[in-house]
Amino acid sequence: MSPTEVLSEAFELGFTYTRSTGPVVGRFLTGLRDRRIEGVRASDGRVMVPPMEYDPDTAAALDDFVEVGQQGEIVSWCWVSEPRKAHPLQQPFAWAMIRLDGADVPMIHCVSAASEDQLATGARVQVRWAEETRGHIADIACFELAEVAQ
Amino acid sequence: MSDAREPVTGIEAPVYLQYQFTAGRAPSRFLSALKQGRLTGQRCPGCSQVYIPPRGACPACGIATEEEVTLSNKATVQSFTIVYIPIPGNPIKPPYIVANLVPDGANISFIHLLSECVNEEVHIGQRVEAVWKPEAEWDYKMDNILYYKPLEEPDVPVEMIGKLGVDGLEGKQS
Repeated sequence: MSPTEVLSEAFELGFTYTRSTGPVVGRFLTGLRDRRIEGVRASDGRVMVPPMEYDPDTAAALDDFVEVGQQGEIVSWCWVSEPRKAHPLQQPFAWAMIRLDGADVPMIHCVSAASEDQLATGARVQVRWAEETRGHIADIACFELAEVAQ
Repeated sequence: MSDAREPVTGIEAPVYLQYQFTAGRAPSRFLSALKQGRLTGQRCPGCSQVYIPPRGACPACGIATEEEVTLSNKATVQSFTIVYIPIPGNPIKPPYIVANLVPDGANISFIHLLSECVNEEVHIGQRVEAVWKPEAEWDYKMDNILYYKPLEEPDVPVEMIGKLGVDGLEGKQS
């Protein structure tokens, strides 16, 4: 080999983690598998989605689960024009903070839309469920604009 | 709609990192020599220490290393551990031995497997020899050496480990 030839090759490092979900996130994921979205009511009355195990103010364990709507409103969003392989959608999409009806805090998920100019803060969106649900956040395939979904 | 299945208690959350590894000049030469069935190191022009795998510089002196040295297939056990716990995806069945080995002619150890041995009899200072794959299977990989196996040679005194020349205990010190 010539002194200037430098070897290079691709390799993949994989961490095959499994995670225990605990009673609260486990219940949330079990709900998603049933195509329901559940939050939890905090001590100040706010409904948090996804549910938290402990109250953000008092640190008390939370267990007052509340089912929320499958529609909501975009609070904030960011357009991804060139999705990467690990992204949930392979065509251009938006990451968005979505406040579901009946919830008091927004949840991050992806929004499928034909183009960036169809989206706006305050736009109504609706869940599109995965064809098969398995108890994972990806059971929500994405959100889409409510008028498109209907 | 309710579901009769058990509640969710866990999820799979794998992380895969994709790298493009570029070996650099000195490691590329090292890997190319491996493909030809040779273990090589580089000698520091300042302190004369021989490093394997070579990185193109001496970590002690901070100067470039150029001189390539062919090392022996014989080595000395500097330290070792017996692995009893299976690692997912690892085809080697426990218990097996992973050792820090110093090849004759080098002053630093690398990690490799010890096999064809009685695990309980492996010890520091033990003499071992590389077992290579058939030549047709040689690649730019340390795996060209399947493992090291014990040699019928006297042990190396602890203070001499890492100081043997390429001809071993009989040859002169490097």
